[in-house]
Amino acid sequence: MRDKRTSHDEVIAELRDGMTIGIGGWGSRRKPMSLVRALLRSPVTDLTVVSYGGPDVGLLCAAGKVKRLITGFVSLDSIPLEPHYRAAREKGYARGGEGQGTSAEGGLGEGKEGEPSRTGPRGSSPPERAGIDTAELDEGMLQWGLYAAALRLPFLPTRAGLGSDVLPLNPWLRTVTSPYDDGETLVAVPALELDVALVHMNRADAAGNAQFLGPDLYFDDLFLGAAKKRFVSTEKVVATEELLAGGSLHTLRIHRGMVDGVVEARLGAHFTECPPDYGRDEAFQKRYAQAAADPAAWGAFADQFLSGTHDDYVRAVEALR
Amino acid sequence: MTTTEPRRHEICAIALAEAFRGDGEILASPIGILPSIAARLARATFAPDLLMSDGVASLVAGIPPVGAVDERPTVEGWIPYRTVFDVVWSGRRHVIMGASQIDRHGNQNIACIGDPKRPKAQLLGMRGAPGNTINHTTSYWIPAHSRRAFVARVDVVSGVGYDRAAALGPRASRFHEIRRVVSNLGVFDFQTADRSMRVVSIHPGVAIADVVEATGFPLVIDEPVAITRLPTAEELDLLRRVIDPRGLGAREVPA
Repeated sequence: MRDKRTSHDEVIAELRDGMTIGIGGWGSRRKPMSLVRALLRSPVTDLTVVSYGGPDVGLLCAAGKVKRLITGFVSLDSIPLEPHYRAAREKGYARGGEGQGTSAEGGLGEGKEGEPSRTGPRGSSPPERAGIDTAELDEGMLQWGLYAAALRLPFLPTRAGLGSDVLPLNPWLRTVTSPYDDGETLVAVPALELDVALVHMNRADAAGNAQFLGPDLYFDDLFLGAAKKRFVSTEKVVATEELLAGGSLHTLRIHRGMVDGVVEARLGAHFTECPPDYGRDEAFQKRYAQAAADPAAWGAFADQFLSGTHDDYVRAVEALR
Repeated sequence: MTTTEPRRHEICAIALAEAFRGDGEILASPIGILPSIAARLARATFAPDLLMSDGVASLVAGIPPVGAVDERPTVEGWIPYRTVFDVVWSGRRHVIMGASQIDRHGNQNIACIGDPKRPKAQLLGMRGAPGNTINHTTSYWIPAHSRRAFVARVDVVSGVGYDRAAALGPRASRFHEIRRVVSNLGVFDFQTADRSMRVVSIHPGVAIADVVEATGFPLVIDEPVAITRLPTAEELDLLRRVIDPRGLGAREVPA
């Protein structure tokens, strides 16, 4: 079996401007946050993001990385509305090009004194705010689009969406008529083909066999199935024979044929929950949400938690305890 | 047995519980505190076969109190999100959702206020509302009845109303049902010729004029206006002692 262990930066080096990225987990649950933060530090932009959204989507919106978002919601669960997403929807965010993500925009652009800023020069003129092109689908439609892509089908039919404003607000969605005697008209959810999928698992071996030990896989297998390049971060890389010691056969839903790279990242999902390894860090999430609502506070938060490597992040988080 | 008079939130709980009457062995999905209290009350009394999740990924047995974090209810099944969607699309589910806006045909908005391309206020998003409403029975709980919530026209249709369903034709709309709408003022349904909202009952102490005043569209009103039933002594005891010992339901209904 091939050793697919790699690093955060090597995964992000596979990304290109304009790609379609799928992010696993659900809301503020088992999100590949360390990979998302690595993406924030990279110059990659103009992304189409597909996600059952949580702070992953919020951070990418705030950093001006998102051209288009396909989702059913963006929530922190215990905080119903993701504050960066809310701001992006209501006020718009700059994206792409010069001057994006300055701190006045709530972005991540402030480098430390004397260092070049990663995403834009300090004091650059305020960029024009643009709304993010958001496609809000029914939650189930998102699953269906990923499943269609994973099965290499052009679409899968469903009743979900009919009669609602999902269809008029998203003219790229079409309907299909049943070829059988019922003649029913259904929504044809198009395959949501991904260039890259990022998911976080409790355990994995070096070859990419991965294990969820919490109550819900969510749709992580479909994100991987829908993507050309598939990356799994994991709390712990273990020997293959140790996988079954940690959980039943049914927890081994991700096998190595679905995975191109494995990144070991203890606390890789923090501050989102990753049971049974850890629950959601509600205190930290509150700190995040409060900072996100205040541009001045956000610059300090970004400096403290988002500017360094994953190891720096873990140290900064553990210093709070 | 408790002897004090039933309070408004307890009457709302009864009205919401009644939404599940006759549903049989389906998944009851209450969103919010009072709907959760109501589903437990229904299961504890007249709808014992209802299935309920713990809000994570387990189907739980018994009548666990709402808001209890240290209780460990008996798990009777696994219901991860994928299974939830399967159940939604199978139709064997009755959801009670909230509504930031609802119109006279039962179109519901939880997505945003204003132009959805650039909203004045982003709300929860579409979530599961489109799929829920077109696939299985839906009821709504609106704790603050006002013209801001009961509107002539919703800004975005998340949950499908009767006019939108009718426009799809009988085949596509055959699983659509909005069973009832419960607010802090009364109970409403759509059992009218043109499927517009009707007053089923008003809660004790509420004047029909107050309901009309707080509603941004004409309601169908059959005279005489019925009064929402009171909880029985047994139901009150269940509510106060077993289901909601911490009194969380009272917080959801403005005094």
